[in-house]
Order: sequence, then structure tokens, then C-alpha cells
Amino acid sequence: MNRRVVVTGLGVVSPNGLGVPAFLEAIRNGVSGIRYVPHYEALKFNCQVAGIPQFEWDILKNYVSEVTYHGLQGQAIAYGLMAAVDAWKDAGHAVAGEEALWDAGCVFGSSVAGVETVKRIFNRVDAGEARKLGSRVVEQFMNSGITAYISGKLGLGNRIVANSAACATGTQAILMGYEYIQQGQAKRMLVGSSEHVDQYIFGAFDSMRILSRKFNSMPEKASRPMSATAGGFVPGSGSGALVLEDLEYALQRNATIYAELLGGACNSGGQRSGGSMTAPAAPGVIRCISDALINAGVKSTDLDLISGHLTATAADTLEIQNWCLALDRNGCNFPLINSLKSMIGHSLSAAGSIEAVGAVLQIKHQFVHPNINLEDPNGEILKLIDLDRMPVERVDTPINTVAKANFGFGDVNACLIFSKYNQHG
Amino acid sequence: MDRREILEELKRVLEPYTENKELLRNINEQTDLVKDLKINSSNLVDVIIDAEAKYNIEIDFDSSEKMISVGSCIDVISDKINK
Repeated sequence: MNRRVVVTGLGVVSPNGLGVPAFLEAIRNGVSGIRYVPHYEALKFNCQVAGIPQFEWDILKNYVSEVTYHGLQGQAIAYGLMAAVDAWKDAGHAVAGEEALWDAGCVFGSSVAGVETVKRIFNRVDAGEARKLGSRVVEQFMNSGITAYISGKLGLGNRIVANSAACATGTQAILMGYEYIQQGQAKRMLVGSSEHVDQYIFGAFDSMRILSRKFNSMPEKASRPMSATAGGFVPGSGSGALVLEDLEYALQRNATIYAELLGGACNSGGQRSGGSMTAPAAPGVIRCISDALINAGVKSTDLDLISGHLTATAADTLEIQNWCLALDRNGCNFPLINSLKSMIGHSLSAAGSIEAVGAVLQIKHQFVHPNINLEDPNGEILKLIDLDRMPVERVDTPINTVAKANFGFGDVNACLIFSKYNQHG
Repeated sequence: MDRREILEELKRVLEPYTENKELLRNINEQTDLVKDLKINSSNLVDVIIDAEAKYNIEIDFDSSEKMISVGSCIDVISDKINK
């Protein structure tokens, strides 16, 4: 039996919007969530801007008990909890009573565990005060901390997996959830990812000289994918969550269906053929995109929109070239393409899930969000695709099929194919 | 500090770790931290750490294992602060 998988719930914590309604409004209107961070100037970072969700800590009181709230400090856990619980409720699913929800699982990733928690441990242990750490730090530094909080809150009883694949984490989590449902292992999967780029992670990326540094005085201009002046990415934080569901199950309970997840692929370039720890190998990327289309059962000509990885580095041109080769489409024949990172920066593991929420919203509401800061498109990219393929204003147009891809350190790739839900398949 | 004063202060130490605020207001020496106040047993460590900070005392392993009810907590705390 060929099971179909649909998206029935969304949740998001994004630098340009907290919760789906605010996020939708922001991406429709090209609202930037990038801000100047004075502290980063004091720390002598080259990049002094970041995408930071306007997340008041008190919000958490709506998501966890008072006892859990006391002692909870992990930002990534907080973002993940909000996005995941919002998505679950948005789908109309109930929180478990005494018995766990055996048909519901979770794949939720991050690229680093709670660094701020680890710092507390370092400080206490080095001061000979390990005994004062208490009971709440292990659960917040373990890699599965986010899934532990989410599954505990909702009572999920199927597979609970914390995945990690650098910047492909979120996309990969969604694909893993899709596969579990397709295999008949679960009826519903809460999938996504969460990231908090604190000053330590930020500093490590800053040292690699791959972050934006020339727009510190104009934060909203700092994230410039596909532009001639793209000089590095802007780190962001946040979380995206989707509820994936077996179509039959969703229909039986009259769920609202946002979109269908037709399929996807996940692979690695093996750090061969030009691929490395930090650069994706073209053959791997091309194969990943082609395999995703085959897995989804769609032709490359069916694609209306690409939600790119497009971080605003030199790799943007290579990415476009890979899309052209994988799809055998270029010039005026290329699909529309956009990068959510122009508005919110690059939130590492959370990029894939936030961008997937964005992709699903563009299908649901039939629009293409603008690429902001693309006043000066990269000449090399213009040799590959026409200027109007990279819209700088919102385009209201029928969007049936969207490819969402992300590429991560370690030469890992993931690509998803979403489509408008059509009852006839 | 007498036992009654310690009990009143203990309420504030226990407060973050129990959802049952009503019962907490009316605790007596017989109240069991886990069975009655439904404090997660792993959080007893945090109660001890907070009590240490509040009374500026150190509660060793053997003493902490005795801290099961409100009364036994008061026993340990009053023993340490009167040392």
C-alpha cells in the first residue's frame, strides 16, 4: 500500500515572527528579522548582526508546568517546545492523557546541544562545585534534550529521534518522519529542528570568515543571498515544526491539510569530487535533487518554486548551477527561486524546518515570498538563470510544487518535494 | 531558629518543585515530599542544593537520604544550623 503523507500542523519561532500568523505576515511582506547586537562588537566579532527571535522567556509558561519552567534555561529547547507544541495544537491533536500516544512519534534535530548549559557545567566543575549543578542540567545538554521535552509534554509514544546533520538537519528530520509514516510505523510524526546560536557558536563561525561583516551598520541589509555583494551569512536562531500525517488518518478526522509531502532524498557527496568538510560536492547535490524528484514521482518541469539553501556566500552560484544541472532547466525556463535567509539569516539546523514551514505556507496561500536585499544580483548567477526567476517582490501566483533543499557541513544534502494537496494524487 | 520557623522557610524552598500549592500551604511534619507533594524524586537533589544555599549549610549524602518528609528535613536542617 502506497501511503500518502500530508502536513496538517505548523509551528515556528523565527527572527521575523513568533508563531505562524506573524511569520506568514512577515514573509509575505519581506520583513527582516536581522538586528545589530552591541555585545558582538564588544566581543570583537567581524559580524555583529544576527537573526534572534523576539522570544520573551515568560512565553514558556504557556508550554510547560511551573515546576518544569523553574530550572529550564536552554534556548534551543524553549524554541523547539514552542514550535512543536504550536504545530501539534494547530493540527488539532490532543495532548496524551494517562496513556502515551503510541501512533505518534517525533524527529527533531539540532546541530549543537545546549552550549549555555555546558558552560554552566564547566564553570561549576572547574570551581570544584559539581555538587551544586543539580538535577536539571543533564536533560538540557543531552543531544536528545529537545525531543525529550517535546515528547514528554505531548505524551508521544512512537519513535523519538534527535537527528543531526549540520545545516541539513531540519530537512532530514522531515524526511525521516515522512519515511516512518510511509513504512506504516507511525500515523503522525512531529518533525522539525531547533537552534540557538549563542556567542560561542557565533564566535566559532566568525573565525571561519564566512559571516557577513560589511553591513553591521545596516543589519536588515546584511543577509544578501544571490547578490553581488553577498559577503557571508548572518547566523540566526529559531525553530520550525511540522505535523506530518498519514493521509487516511488525516481524512478520517477531517483535518485541515496544508500541503502534501510527496517525497525527498538525503545523501552525501562523500567529500569527493570537489566536496569537502565545508563545501558540497556537485555530484552529490545533483543526485540528491534528482533522487528527490524520482522519490516524489514528479518531473523537474513540474517544479514551480525552489526554496534554496542560498546562504549568501560564494556557494550561492554553485548551488544555482547544481539546480540547473539537476533539473535540466535554466534561463527563463528555470523555476522561481527564493531564499528565506534574506530575511532571517541562516539558523543552521533550524534553517531547513523554518524554510519548510515557509514553503508549505507559500503553497497554502499561493504566493512566492520576496528575496530581499537583491538590488544587485550576482552576474555569475544571471548567466545561469533569468533575473525575473529571483523575485524581489512578492509574487501572487499558483504554486503547486516546491522543492526545499539544504546542504550542510560534512557534505550532507537533503531535498524535499512539497505539493498542493489534491485528493486525486 | 525553631522548628516552626524552619517549616515556614522550607515552604519557600519547596515551592518551585511542587504543583500542589494548596497542599504546600498546609504542610505539617508528616507531609511526605514525594508521595504527598508529588515532587519528582530527581528534584530532591535540587531541594537539598537550595536548602544548602538558604541556610548556608552543607548536607552530606547520609543526611540527605533522611530527607523524606517535612519533619525529617527539619531534623537535618536544624541539626546542621545548630552545629
